[in-house]
Amino acid sequence: MKTSEEIYKSLKEKFGDSIIELNSAQPVEAFIIVNPQSIDEVCLFLKDNEEFKFDSLMCLSGVDDANGEKKTNEDGSTAIIGATLSVFYHLESIELKHKVTLKVSVNKDNPEVKSVTGVWSHADWHEREAYDLLGIKFLNHPDLRRILMPYDWEAGYPLRKDYENPEFYQGMKVPY
Amino acid sequence: MALTTENIETESGLKTEEMILNMGPQHPSTHGVLRLELKLEGEIITKVIPHIGYLHRCFEKHAEAMTYPQVIPYTDRMDYLASMYNEFGYTIGVEKLLGIEIPERVEYIRVIMGEFQRIASHLVALGTYGADIGAVTPFLFCFRDREKILSLFEMTCGARLLYNYIWVGGVSHDLHPDFIRLAKEFVVYFKPKIKELNDLLTNNRIFIERTANVGILPLDTAINYGITGPMLRASGLKWDLRKDDTYSVYNKFDFDIPVGEGTVGTVGDSWDRYYVRVLEMEQSLRILEQALDQIPEGDVSSAIPKRVKPPVGQVYSRVEGPRGELGYFIISDGSVNPFRVKVRGPSFVNLAIMDELCKGHMVADIIAILGSIDIVLGEVDR
Repeated sequence: MKTSEEIYKSLKEKFGDSIIELNSAQPVEAFIIVNPQSIDEVCLFLKDNEEFKFDSLMCLSGVDDANGEKKTNEDGSTAIIGATLSVFYHLESIELKHKVTLKVSVNKDNPEVKSVTGVWSHADWHEREAYDLLGIKFLNHPDLRRILMPYDWEAGYPLRKDYENPEFYQGMKVPY
Repeated sequence: MALTTENIETESGLKTEEMILNMGPQHPSTHGVLRLELKLEGEIITKVIPHIGYLHRCFEKHAEAMTYPQVIPYTDRMDYLASMYNEFGYTIGVEKLLGIEIPERVEYIRVIMGEFQRIASHLVALGTYGADIGAVTPFLFCFRDREKILSLFEMTCGARLLYNYIWVGGVSHDLHPDFIRLAKEFVVYFKPKIKELNDLLTNNRIFIERTANVGILPLDTAINYGITGPMLRASGLKWDLRKDDTYSVYNKFDFDIPVGEGTVGTVGDSWDRYYVRVLEMEQSLRILEQALDQIPEGDVSSAIPKRVKPPVGQVYSRVEGPRGELGYFIISDGSVNPFRVKVRGPSFVNLAIMDELCKGHMVADIIAILGSIDIVLGEVDR
């Protein structure tokens, strides 16, 4: 049994700057923030290391953080600067019975995260879902297609907080 | 028996080519709208690509526009064969965020409902599995017994399928005065029915021929794919969240975790997945017997908060649903609406392994494998 603090310390020693911080201020769950470009290496380490043995990925969830600052341009249009999308990884070791939560945050304009499909096959469909509903692009994913929405859905990513329904889809009226 | 594509040779030198066959979206064995794109080499499957999303309602987007209690009826409609358990998992998550204590009577009621739901859900799984393969009589027997459980639910909360019964902090109604007596009668009535099912279907030679050694799932593959529930246990791992990450009052009951043993074939084959469910029903009856005897008196609505407004924070809470690990990842931003609700549905996760299980089998085996996974499309697509 390892606590999040112990895991954070070991990761910090091994990966240095790629491990950004441990957030344990909020109730119920602490999480470790990791650099999105090295999440695959961190996960592989956590899975293979004898001390941790995180052999099971319980859940992978994409989240729109709904943050960023609203900025009005000279021509009156508004843009949001600094908005982020996040991915949470809930890991568990079946043998050692401990858990940890990892988080990565990426810029909403260019949401690219390294895929962990090579570490756990379970991540495949969850990453496709995060791509489908939030538009997070997982680099090195073997088959990044939409999964729940129609393959030809062009109106964006529904779980983003600023998503709006299109008026028509394939000539059919969408709002009913 | 599994064949590999290497076994097939074109003796006469005739030209062969890969064939693509679409199974679904309307197909009796898929239990809903699921399309399987099959790549075939003759009658041998080389690849299965599941296409899902036909029932997609974006539950997670709906949830963001609702208050916490308003989400509960939506969770009912995901896995509509195990609605009680969906509510159970969701309310546990919200209660963790709120940090409230639940009266013991409520916990007992939840466990009783959850185990009845598990039996009802397994009855559908086993019955339809038999029907898929060609045994219609067990299907009718299973549904006959499931009706009795649904009547108990109806008596408790008025609904037979989508209950909205388990609320944050409590349950909507206390038990009917006759409930305990009728529930105990059901337990006594149902025990011999499991033997009847075993005689009729489990040990039936045709059934064994169709399911033993079909779709073998090795344990390490199962863990890597995040498979949980009866499927994981059929592959030989004693892993049940009711014991291994206990919640509610499950630690007060004495019950075993059945695992697959490869009785008629190999560990982790379709028959094992079927049989683990049969054994689980017996264990659920054991839990029910104890819970119905021990249930304390008390108020069921005293802990229901007037306003559900958790502090800023997040929680991943999970329960052992009839199909496996049902997880809710809930983020609260301190308002009355959840900021994000992500559901880790066991059907969604378990379906992803279709390709791995079907490779090298015949087309007819797909029915046997899909039935043994026991998916509910309402939860796959959410």
